[in-house]
Amino acid sequence: MTSPATPRDIAIPPMPGRFILAWAFVERQTNLWKRYWAWELVWLVYGVVNTLAITFIAEQAGQQGIASEEDVRYLVLFLLIGTLVWAYLSAVLDDISLVITWERWEGTIEHTLMAPVQRWVHLSGMALFGVLHAIVRTLLIFAIAAPFFTIDIGDADWAAAAAVVLAGSFPIAGLAILAGVLPMLYPERGTQMSFMVQALVLLVSGVYYEVDVLPPWLQAFSYISPATYILDGIRAAIIDGENVTEIWRELAALAAFGAVLIPGGMVVFAIAERWAKKTGRLKRQG
Amino acid sequence: MITRNDTPLDVRHVMKSFGGGFDMRRLLPRRVNGSRDGNEPRRVVDDVSFHIRRGEIFGVIGANGSGKSTLIRMISTLLLPDAGDIRIFGHDVVAESMKVRALINRVSADPSFFRNMTAVENLLFFGRVYGLTPGEVKQRTPEILARLGFEWDRAIEPMSHLSRGQQQKVAVARSFLTSPVLMLLDEPTTGLDPRSKRDVQAFIREVQREHDASILLTTHDMEEAELLCDRISFLSGGKIVAEGTPVELRRMVARGRPMDDISMETVFMELTGRDLAEDEAPQEAAAGA
Repeated sequence: MTSPATPRDIAIPPMPGRFILAWAFVERQTNLWKRYWAWELVWLVYGVVNTLAITFIAEQAGQQGIASEEDVRYLVLFLLIGTLVWAYLSAVLDDISLVITWERWEGTIEHTLMAPVQRWVHLSGMALFGVLHAIVRTLLIFAIAAPFFTIDIGDADWAAAAAVVLAGSFPIAGLAILAGVLPMLYPERGTQMSFMVQALVLLVSGVYYEVDVLPPWLQAFSYISPATYILDGIRAAIIDGENVTEIWRELAALAAFGAVLIPGGMVVFAIAERWAKKTGRLKRQG
Repeated sequence: MITRNDTPLDVRHVMKSFGGGFDMRRLLPRRVNGSRDGNEPRRVVDDVSFHIRRGEIFGVIGANGSGKSTLIRMISTLLLPDAGDIRIFGHDVVAESMKVRALINRVSADPSFFRNMTAVENLLFFGRVYGLTPGEVKQRTPEILARLGFEWDRAIEPMSHLSRGQQQKVAVARSFLTSPVLMLLDEPTTGLDPRSKRDVQAFIREVQREHDASILLTTHDMEEAELLCDRISFLSGGKIVAEGTPVELRRMVARGRPMDDISMETVFMELTGRDLAEDEAPQEAAAGA
């Protein structure tokens, strides 16, 4: 049975396009980011220090004669790319997976979730901000850290690298949306659980080492982590100068992951939200 | 003839319980009353039915833990009722939640803002997610805030710099910014200083007179309820125990006494058997009712 129409003089207001609604979240997060500039500075410094601390390991290998100069140059680039990609991925994962946690911290969860915005639009806005924010932060880290090392990126195919970042951002956003379900289901400990998801991705994806060095049972997980393919693709593009057609396997894998994780993440989020509404977990305090 | 779709809010036989059953997180039966019973959910809203007429301010009065906030959350589409039906101008809050959300807005006891953003930035965001353009928000905001007695130069300071009363005025402005046809005011003047309270109450009355907004007001301030509400219901133990205009409610307990001698607090106590100041059972309060 269809519901009776709203009285003619009570019109349901027309909503603007979904992109405009999603952009409202980008704007909001940008305003918050400006207010929390001190924390942003902390994370930037941490990112720079982390990048330097890890990449200097390669320099030490050269100084101690463990590796040849050529190998050191390769290792420097390998680790630099790993740390920068991880800085990007972790920023995206944080911004999106904390979508519910943010609202709880600020006490706005009820007002935001009762707004007439479809959840996938809300999540898309947060994902878009996450990607833009991560790009800015990662570029800053690179600009500050790179001069500390002698690196040769003359052969890099930047178009291929950008294609990997673009293709890889979708499955990472999908993964983050899945992780964002945890704070909704578990108000007290869900945020901590979502950080555990990040930790697992870091371990198995070849951020600081080739996945081949992992024990076989852990290597199996690397095949289902989109970050593995992002790192492989970017290293191939920057270190080996491979172009888009040469890294098609990584791009195809990332597209497939994105095709599953984005809609899958949205569906799981919707199911979790319904359960949270059933059990009263969408309150201001957890 | 009044049809359901002319009714701003129609609540029929709504029930909501929390707890009971199996706690999947610990793989153990839930604790209820200190024992691992697992079979005793706590009913927080118990077969509640009422409706609001167009342009009316309808009050729901109850002590802490009586089910007021749970009721508001169900109407706001934040909580799914276990049974019953809630419709806003004929639209089911569960099946048609997006349409419902476009028609309603809410003020809570706590202002609920992004603390480090300014009032303007908060209002811009909340206005935009309700479909307003930045221009519309910027045009409406100064007028609404002025009517609430809010100084415009404070609107560009972070919300955390504002007093509780100022924050709540911004919260009221946020809710009326979108011109909702059904307003949910959940203890909007709790904790406000007397002047801010009067400003908010005057604004509510003004909006009712000038706009086609129907208002559901929950409060445990009897004076406020009498001042603002056209009809009042008493909620106790999750049930509506009485409903009517202030005069009708007094008449229910008068028993020959002069009506003017009967305060609404007395009416509440005699009809519910409780003092408004005492909390309901701890389980209900813990359930966030």
